[in-house]
Amino acid sequence: MLKIGVFVCWCGSNIAGTVDVKAVVEAVKAEPGVVFSTDYQYMCSEGGQSAIRQAIKEYELGGVVICACSPRMHETTFRKAAEAAGLNPYMVEIANIREHCSWIHKDKEEATEKAVVLCRAAIAKLNLNKPLFPGESGVVKRALVIGGGIAGIQTALDIADAGYEVDIVEKSPTIGGRMAQLDKTFPTLDCAACILTPKMVEAAAHEKIRLFTYSEVEEVSGYVGSFRVKIRQKARSVNRELCNGCGECIVKCPSKTASNAFDEGLSKRSAIYIPFAQAVPNLPVIDREACLRFQTGKCGLCEIACSAKAIDYEQEDETITEEYGAIVLATGYRPMSLDRYDEFQYSQSPDVLTSLEFERILNASGPTGGSLLRLSNGEKPKSIVFIQCVGSRSDDGCGKSYCSKICCMYTAKQAMLVKDKYPDIDVTVFYIDVRTPGKNFDEFYRRAAEAYGVRYVKGMVGKVAEWKGRLQVQAVDLLEDKQLLIDADMVVLAAAIEPDPGARKIGAMLAVNMDQNDFFTEAHPKLRPVESPTAGVFLSGMCQGPKDIPETVAQAGAAAVKVLGLLSKDKLVGNPCVAISDETLCNGCSSCEALCPYDAITFEEKQVMVQGRRETRRVAMVNETMCQGCGACTVACPSGAMDLKGFTNRQIMAEVDAICR
Amino acid sequence: MPMSTESQVQANAPAKAPTNAPANAPANTLINTPGNEEKDGKAFRPLIVSFCCNWCSYAGADLAGSSRLTYPADVKIIRVPCSCRINPLFILRAFQRGADGVIVNGCHPGDCHYSTGNFYTRRRMALLFSMLDFLGIEKERTRVEWVSAAEGARFASVMREFVEQIRRLGENKKLGDIRCKE
Amino acid sequence: MQRIIGKMREKAKELLEAGTVDAVLGWKKGDFAYDPTPAFFYSTDELDMLAYDGFCGSNLSKYLVEYGKEKGKVLVFLKPCDTYSLNQLVSEHRVDRENVYVVGVGCDGMLDVQKLRDKGIAGIEEIEEAGEDLRIHTLYGLKTCPRDEALLKKCQSCKGKEHKLFDDRIGAEESRDIANEDRFAEVAELEKMSPEERFAFWRAALSSCIRCNACREACPVCSCHTCIFDNARSGVDAKANASEFEENLFHIIRAFHVAGRCSDCGECSRVCPQAIPLHLLNRKMIKDIQSFYGAFQAGDSADQCSPLLSYSPDDIEPDAFDRWKGVM
Repeated sequence: MLKIGVFVCWCGSNIAGTVDVKAVVEAVKAEPGVVFSTDYQYMCSEGGQSAIRQAIKEYELGGVVICACSPRMHETTFRKAAEAAGLNPYMVEIANIREHCSWIHKDKEEATEKAVVLCRAAIAKLNLNKPLFPGESGVVKRALVIGGGIAGIQTALDIADAGYEVDIVEKSPTIGGRMAQLDKTFPTLDCAACILTPKMVEAAAHEKIRLFTYSEVEEVSGYVGSFRVKIRQKARSVNRELCNGCGECIVKCPSKTASNAFDEGLSKRSAIYIPFAQAVPNLPVIDREACLRFQTGKCGLCEIACSAKAIDYEQEDETITEEYGAIVLATGYRPMSLDRYDEFQYSQSPDVLTSLEFERILNASGPTGGSLLRLSNGEKPKSIVFIQCVGSRSDDGCGKSYCSKICCMYTAKQAMLVKDKYPDIDVTVFYIDVRTPGKNFDEFYRRAAEAYGVRYVKGMVGKVAEWKGRLQVQAVDLLEDKQLLIDADMVVLAAAIEPDPGARKIGAMLAVNMDQNDFFTEAHPKLRPVESPTAGVFLSGMCQGPKDIPETVAQAGAAAVKVLGLLSKDKLVGNPCVAISDETLCNGCSSCEALCPYDAITFEEKQVMVQGRRETRRVAMVNETMCQGCGACTVACPSGAMDLKGFTNRQIMAEVDAICR
Repeated sequence: MPMSTESQVQANAPAKAPTNAPANAPANTLINTPGNEEKDGKAFRPLIVSFCCNWCSYAGADLAGSSRLTYPADVKIIRVPCSCRINPLFILRAFQRGADGVIVNGCHPGDCHYSTGNFYTRRRMALLFSMLDFLGIEKERTRVEWVSAAEGARFASVMREFVEQIRRLGENKKLGDIRCKE
Repeated sequence: MQRIIGKMREKAKELLEAGTVDAVLGWKKGDFAYDPTPAFFYSTDELDMLAYDGFCGSNLSKYLVEYGKEKGKVLVFLKPCDTYSLNQLVSEHRVDRENVYVVGVGCDGMLDVQKLRDKGIAGIEEIEEAGEDLRIHTLYGLKTCPRDEALLKKCQSCKGKEHKLFDDRIGAEESRDIANEDRFAEVAELEKMSPEERFAFWRAALSSCIRCNACREACPVCSCHTCIFDNARSGVDAKANASEFEENLFHIIRAFHVAGRCSDCGECSRVCPQAIPLHLLNRKMIKDIQSFYGAFQAGDSADQCSPLLSYSPDDIEPDAFDRWKGVM
């Protein structure tokens, strides 16, 4: 039988004032296994800990029960003390007689009685404890960043600068992401390309960073410290070793009618293309859907034009498998589709644009070469109306319930840019609220409204109608309480942002949940905002929630720090209180596998010894590194094969029995 | 049938007495009030097992303690990593061994430390408690509460309420004597 | 369905001879006209004993669990409702679908000999199933009884004539239509009672339990290698019941363990020697699952997820269950 020592703490008068500690010491002496029990002023003090160590040696204790404060306070302290005396740290149980007893009860007799019961429960549990040993696993010193926008680039740079290898997987042919499409950035009006492209180049040139553009993550297995990731590099039809980026192929390409995604579809591009001038890598890709050679078999002009012989129509997708210690999700966002907002004429009128489309119009490399023109007739507009919160903060069922956070600021920016260049254009902004929390944000907005004369109207627009070749905006001014009818040449809709739809598939591979809006959930919304619930997977940028560029960069850095903290370790020490399956009892039904939030359970056909006979059975295997010890599987398991170390069925029932005795 | 319904009613009668007893005061003042006594002078002290998940409810109970918010000593807490660790067996075992009420506490849905644990708890307990109710075990004897680590005051008040509810119901005989001895 | 036995024997013979299957799982003639029992047939000469009549109520799916893969492929005859159980077992990897050749057989609704006895029909020698009526040859002469008046409890709420999985079918299109009772009616009646009345009802019912475990043995989802109630390490095993609570514990836990998996095949009640209406516990669970979490039928397909292994963020709160009473 286990020899148990019981230590009852006074905690000064915190416990001893309400609980008769001497009586507790006496009452538990007869409990099964108890060979020693004592009390002490402050168990957590060095004196108290040394008393524990001494008693363990003197009485050859196999386990100790400490009746003291909450285990959330000093469980680690007492485990270490026991370990120092040669005891397995998991042979320590705490009876919480302070927070759950002395502090909440006034009557000493009652409190003492309860303390004895709590102590008995701890003893009953301890009698069934087994020494536990945390598993160790190695760490592959390399990180994977999924998504090559500003979030992914910054995370990768920070990790690489610290000396670790990083791979970036980006699904489009270039890194840069949404930020590359922007003209200027608020609140300082820096040119987006001027601050982003150096980072893109730095990432590409960094000796610790590898770029996998036009690539997607196809499969992930493994766990924190050692993920195995299958990456599919889609065929570019251009040999990256041979291509020198001269662009002659693009000039010669006769198929120039594909929609240019970089310009949000406002312009056309050739079938072989580089998304934009500063794209990294500067390597063309053939859009096989648009290419005459692939569609009709008749063309091949790019091949003829290429002096480097880099065009390769036969190129196939390549799949590589790499190992990583950590994974960062930086899958970004997109503006939501406004198909369901017909009242704003978005699908009908070329002069009704989303803000991102308008951003392209303002940009010198955009579809109009930076001239502010109406797309319907190429004329300069006289009046522009911006409508905020299109799809954000919505309760109409078409939009998003959340605030997209960036729209107030970029609308102010765009309005200001228009006014700066063309003071004669009337600019009106319709808003629900103007939200400008951020350094220099409110000043920026006020400058737009006050110095630049942008007209801000509180109220939502009910309808935009085409009228005599122009647009008529019907709205309400809530402050003036009147109906407005404004003639406009262009209407710009601040479309709500939403997580990139590709994120769901990746989240599922990594067992990272999404919230009701499809943003990835954090391990803890306040205290672990850049960690995902899956160990070793971190979150960077918009995929976790709406944020602007400075916030994205800050979060990217935070994610990098978390990655570095992980990669700098040689061994990961796990939590030993994990699920364990008894293969002789396991039915192989997969119930546990179905609800494990960490994908920690797999099934194997295995030779199992049953009553002296060998039998091949399908049995559950728990990956101790991935299991976080929630115990959901233990209840789903009908046969009781699945149990949780440290909180076994019998241990918990022993506690119940002791309490109900 | 081995036992008549009348004797069942009789068995429950003393238990129901507190609600009718003139000494009975409103729920919240009953707590720790020595006046809550039955006619024979002995107050019924229920035995209540309160399962708490480590991350939210147990921390909430700790906060109730450090805020010195009182609730009756009848409540005994058992710590589990997550409410989804609570096997219906544990609850039935508590009743079998004489508990008068069992309360399951977990993080608020959506806030589970393990992200989804309490969603499973919610389904399991909804079905289990409905089943117990179907067997004639008062649904008031079982309860699920979502208590966050910040809700110390709520933890204490939930415990007070629950104890009071069980006091009113009286001793739990039903689960002990499903097969009649008479 | 006595009329299809010839075709069933032919099919079994054909597949055994061709080596497609190594065994046949069916019903074997008993000592009396009303007690065929589940049996494996390994050779064609045994097939004379293969039976199929109104007393083949037993669900053969469960027997496939213990039939090891190493013994080869097995032909099994399943009635429409039995196929739900097999689907469930396949979904739980307890039966390898590849290892089974399912012949779906038609069904006219299975019979309860007790109901005939209750009508004073004794000394049964032979029963002719003639459409809507039974012609019963007894020691005391010929008796008749409408088939519907002798149906097994479980057949009074038939799940339908469709076989949910099969490789072949015999007589499936000839299955008889059965007037379908609301299977939740009894549950709803109990729900209307006061807790005291319900308690009295269950005490009367469960106190007669002798823990023979017939319900467990017959139940197609109670298929654990070792039941927790037999496992010395589980902490809840008991050779002899230590307290009067334990039958109750056993039945509640059993109902909970099969929740979301029970296809409502009714075998538990059919085999109970004490006539405890155990199916009511399962139906209560099914009724709750359906009213709380939406339509669900265990065994409908082999790749659906049990409602207890999934969730919705908007699920009802456990204290709200009584508000849902009688919603369905």
